[in-house]
Amino acid sequence: MRHEVRLRVGPVTFRVGSAWRGPVRALRRLYEGYPEAGDVADYTVRLEPAKPWRRWLRPSVRIEGDYVLPDAAPLPLAHGLVAAEMAMNLQMALGERRFLLLHAASVEKDGRALIITGESGAGKSTLSAMLGERGWRFMGDEFALLDPDSGMLHPFPRPISLKNEAIAAMEAEVAPERFGPVMENTPKGRIRHMRPRAEALARMSEQARPAMVLFPRFGFAREVRPVGPAEAFMRLTQASTNYVAMAARGFDALTGLVQTCPGVAIDYPDAATAFELIETLWAEAGR
Amino acid sequence: MGQAMTGPLYIADTADARSLMLEGLTLLFHPASGMTHILAPPSPEILAALAEPGNAEAVLARLSTQFDFAPGEGAEALEARLAELESSGLVRRA
Amino acid sequence: MSAALLVRALRDPESLPLDCDWTSLISAARAEALIGTLAHRLQDLPLPERVAGLFAMHRADAERTRVQALWDAEMARRALAPLGVPVVLLKGTAFLAAGLEAGQGRSIGDLDILVPKDALTEVEQALIGAGWERLKPADGYDDFYYREWMHELPPLIHRERDRMIDVHHTILPPTARPKPDAAALLADSLVLPNGLRMLSPEDVIVHAAAHLIADGDMAGGLRNLWDIDRLLREFAQAEGLWGRLAERAVHHGLDKAVRRSVRLAHRLYGTPVPKDWRGTGDGLFVRRLLSRDGWGRRTRKATGFGFYVRGHLMRMPPLMLARHLLKKARA
Repeated sequence: MRHEVRLRVGPVTFRVGSAWRGPVRALRRLYEGYPEAGDVADYTVRLEPAKPWRRWLRPSVRIEGDYVLPDAAPLPLAHGLVAAEMAMNLQMALGERRFLLLHAASVEKDGRALIITGESGAGKSTLSAMLGERGWRFMGDEFALLDPDSGMLHPFPRPISLKNEAIAAMEAEVAPERFGPVMENTPKGRIRHMRPRAEALARMSEQARPAMVLFPRFGFAREVRPVGPAEAFMRLTQASTNYVAMAARGFDALTGLVQTCPGVAIDYPDAATAFELIETLWAEAGR
Repeated sequence: MGQAMTGPLYIADTADARSLMLEGLTLLFHPASGMTHILAPPSPEILAALAEPGNAEAVLARLSTQFDFAPGEGAEALEARLAELESSGLVRRA
Repeated sequence: MSAALLVRALRDPESLPLDCDWTSLISAARAEALIGTLAHRLQDLPLPERVAGLFAMHRADAERTRVQALWDAEMARRALAPLGVPVVLLKGTAFLAAGLEAGQGRSIGDLDILVPKDALTEVEQALIGAGWERLKPADGYDDFYYREWMHELPPLIHRERDRMIDVHHTILPPTARPKPDAAALLADSLVLPNGLRMLSPEDVIVHAAAHLIADGDMAGGLRNLWDIDRLLREFAQAEGLWGRLAERAVHHGLDKAVRRSVRLAHRLYGTPVPKDWRGTGDGLFVRRLLSRDGWGRRTRKATGFGFYVRGHLMRMPPLMLARHLLKKARA
């Protein structure tokens, strides 16, 4: 393809090809400070014109790659970064079998990892971005990669995809050079990417043992409820994109996780409450 | 009741299954299908009772050592559980 | 051109340099649904660490695919056993059930079975009774189209396992010019250890060839051709395969397709083939089969379109095609 960039996020490497220079240039800028990707890419992603003439005329980007969904809608070229991110997510969700993939954010402190899982809107990105600036190591905002052999969690610290109100909140405490461009009216609303702290990138090969699984719900009054292992198991199979494909290894990894990690559901009305709740729960669990 | 006497013979098809009891539920990984099942009582007990082939009546007799059935009770519920287990492939016709 | 690299890797794994363009090879293999096969072929060679890890992942995935395909077949067997009709596994699932080399690492889509035409209705009913359901409402036009002009029932999907089954009564649509002898396919099928059946070795090859050549745009052609290569190598160990294959191909009206497939397998994968099965004149097919670049993209779109039209016409006489398109437009 005309333009190409290789990226490494945690243990995974990508090759991104693009018919346009713009998305590749934007990716290079956003992934500044990420380690070299090496020679072999695990997954190939292609950003192609939806129709040949769409390279110039109202350019729209079709998401293609090793693994694709037949009905993925094209995006305007101005949202090329979103298209690249969606395409990389798709490779992971449909292709990855080395790790059990949980649709979850994760952060680490003292060598132990907190897994934050939930539907879109639960606050995975917001909470992990915030914690990553306040004494925790950011490990990922989209996928938590559980190693089925060791039970360890691998970081997958791609740039955080901040949405809507979360953007201003992070802009208030993070240096401007760590942000990508603001993209309005994407399928997920307004999006702005934020590069994790340099320390999170430097330590992206460092795994952590999971210590707690959090099931947050945003927009409700403060509430804490323990989640038993059977319920945690059921909810995590729903939150995994490859649980079934991992077969027995997935079963062993997930039953191992829920038996060793307490699960906690929290409801929170705002980020400050969530932060206070998480710090308290974490301190209690560490005792 | 007479039907159960002559009803089909079933057997559990759970060779090499991995199972784990959590909070009263049995999580069972079934290697032949690659599927995970979450079973509530008495389904795990039915599977255990069908380690040897048996018809519904035989299963009921084997279960009566663990569950307290009033006479004539249980047969209908058992048929329903057996049908579920057969459709999931955990139980097949012997 | 990475399809050529893929063909070389499959045909002669040892010839692959350690510093070859692995990323392109892997993309092309994924696009051609040959990644599991490739992972098996290169298993014992020294590989870059990341490549070895990816191939191990794909072998594990192929094993999971195998288990799932055989389970699908077993559940269909259980559902259909009371009918007492012969149920013949087709394509990949048959290779797996028979333990053929063609099944190693193979990707599997739907479960394809062949049953006697006069048993179609009871087969469909039995499957529906065992948890399969129609993808679309039974009275839709597509449904009618399938029943009228196709060689299979409208696909059924299992409501819990989310897996599709295609029930065929022959191996080509009735509208296609070649008319395979469906009764002979059934009559000469072999019983597998699990009680299901598979086609005779010659018919397996005839079917694979019909797929490769008559099925239209040759998408996935390298995989289908790999099947043919492995099947020929394995079946040719029995005395007299080539003569029986020649006869059978003529009997089913698929002589040209079979001969072309054998020539293509010989040319691309080096399949050992008797002299009188070799020949030339397949340039267009070879170019089409190799039209995959290092990004996993299909190249030569124009050729592709020609093949698509050709494939469609071969299966549907022009008048029917017009009627079909018209009804589609109205729907």
